[in-house]
Amino acid sequence: MPFPAGDTLLILPELFLTAAASFVLLWATFVSRPRERGLAFFSIGALAATGLLLFVSARMAGTLPRSAFGGMFAMDRFGLYFKGILLLVGIVTILFSLRFISVSPYPGGEYYGLILFSTVGMLFMASGTHLASIVVALELMALSQYVLAGYFKRETKSLEASAKYFVLGAFSSGVLIYGISLVYGAAGTLSLAGIATAFTTAKPPAFLVIGIIFVGCGMFFKIASAPFHVWAPDVYEGAPTPISAFFAVGPKLAAYAIFARIFFVGFGPRAGDWSAIIAASAALTMVVGNVGALMQTNVKRLLGYSSIGHAGYALLGLLAYGDASGIGLWSILVYLLAYAFMNLGAFGLVILLESKGYAGESVDDFNGLAAKNPWLAAAMLVFLLSLAGIPPTAGFVGKYFLFSAAMKAGWFWLSLLAVLMSAVSLFYYFRIARAMYLVEGEGTLHWREEPAVSAAIALCAAGTLAMGILPGPFVQFARTCLLPFGP
Amino acid sequence: MIGVTHYVALSFLLFAIGVTGVLIRRNLLTVLMSIELILNAANLNLIAFSRQLGDLNGQLFAVFVITLAAGEAAIGLAIIISMYRLKGSVNLDDASELKG
Repeated sequence: MPFPAGDTLLILPELFLTAAASFVLLWATFVSRPRERGLAFFSIGALAATGLLLFVSARMAGTLPRSAFGGMFAMDRFGLYFKGILLLVGIVTILFSLRFISVSPYPGGEYYGLILFSTVGMLFMASGTHLASIVVALELMALSQYVLAGYFKRETKSLEASAKYFVLGAFSSGVLIYGISLVYGAAGTLSLAGIATAFTTAKPPAFLVIGIIFVGCGMFFKIASAPFHVWAPDVYEGAPTPISAFFAVGPKLAAYAIFARIFFVGFGPRAGDWSAIIAASAALTMVVGNVGALMQTNVKRLLGYSSIGHAGYALLGLLAYGDASGIGLWSILVYLLAYAFMNLGAFGLVILLESKGYAGESVDDFNGLAAKNPWLAAAMLVFLLSLAGIPPTAGFVGKYFLFSAAMKAGWFWLSLLAVLMSAVSLFYYFRIARAMYLVEGEGTLHWREEPAVSAAIALCAAGTLAMGILPGPFVQFARTCLLPFGP
Repeated sequence: MIGVTHYVALSFLLFAIGVTGVLIRRNLLTVLMSIELILNAANLNLIAFSRQLGDLNGQLFAVFVITLAAGEAAIGLAIIISMYRLKGSVNLDDASELKG
């Protein structure tokens, strides 16, 4: 079946990034180690150019949403919203990696190539409207990431993170695909719109519920929510830190994009079957993540647990599927943007403090940061306040709308639990703040030692504060990026 | 007469064996094989349903899944080899540095 030329125009940004990623991979074999910075800058340029192309192709596509390739791919504002953030995450990750990779004994070429490939996968995930295209995109992202997690292949921790991530990731993909096969049997189609129609018109067979549960389990794995969260702290601790930052934000955002698309559009008519499961997982995730973080002394591990907690908060938005104003969805969109800024920023500080390779990532490393460099300490304080959800920061805005969405949907006990767990989270976030401001430390830290990382941190801090002080435009924008709710 | 129910039952059995393998086996190679079993259980389902529905999408997706499984095996084996080089073992229990 031939496709109209206009369809290719819609995936032009992704095609361009694929070509750029292949080019980086090839170029990497010809370039000597001291010149690898060129590859990094080229990758940043490619990501920025993809953003530009995204804008151009959205303009040329005319009225959105537009569907392409027989319903495999959709260009809509929901996807574009995610793509914009994901490209930003890619750029920030590479900025974080510049020096980190150049002082490590490992070559940088494949590293940047893999980040780009993984970003391509995430972009396609944000636009996938067919279970086949979603799964292929998901695997493109995941396969690149298994390698990235174990990139420091002579470090036991990194390799172990990679092995664990691979086993659990591949297992969850298997469960997801098995669930999809059952859904296919029940609905007779793999396209999300078709599935929604099939479920509204006919009474589906009983095994559909099992299929939906398996798809849900696969999704819970990908966003690292309980009871499928065990891999997250291990992987975040073991992987090279810029990659941990990437993992904590990029794949999670992309997974939320497909989670929302599959469950709102495809399984929307069957919301009664899945809302209780999501509520149970949300409750468990918030408790496990926040209580688990209390005991941690390794900051990467602590942020891993805290990101589990955050995945739990964002699940609350999915529960408000039925609200006509779409608050369930746009509160997730707002929250994920806030989450991207504050989590990348916090990981950026960890990268900055890591003197060399793997050394130093405990809370004690933050001792006396305020005296060493007040600006960096202030930035970290902003991120911590935001992660804990205290105004005037982005985290507060995100949580406020999520919790009110859950209230509106009638989940009072869950909102209450979420507020309670936010209070618990204050303890561990403020342990870092205390170390920075009240404990004496040694040595100095000048931002000029790491200009790229400092610039990225400044960007994240600016974003966190801007969203916190002036949430209006962000919320308004997110409200225009909703999905058509299933029939 | 063998109908779609039989295929789904067989595929569920394969899926259950695969999940059990991932959960109780500690050898990475066995775990990898169990994961392949899960993927093939899904393929069997897809093809059986595709035949029953008279719709080619299921078979098409099964081909994609086979490709993904090949990619997964390649990456998985690469990780297993580097692990063997570093630790001299491919047992998940020996990968226990990250805890807490």
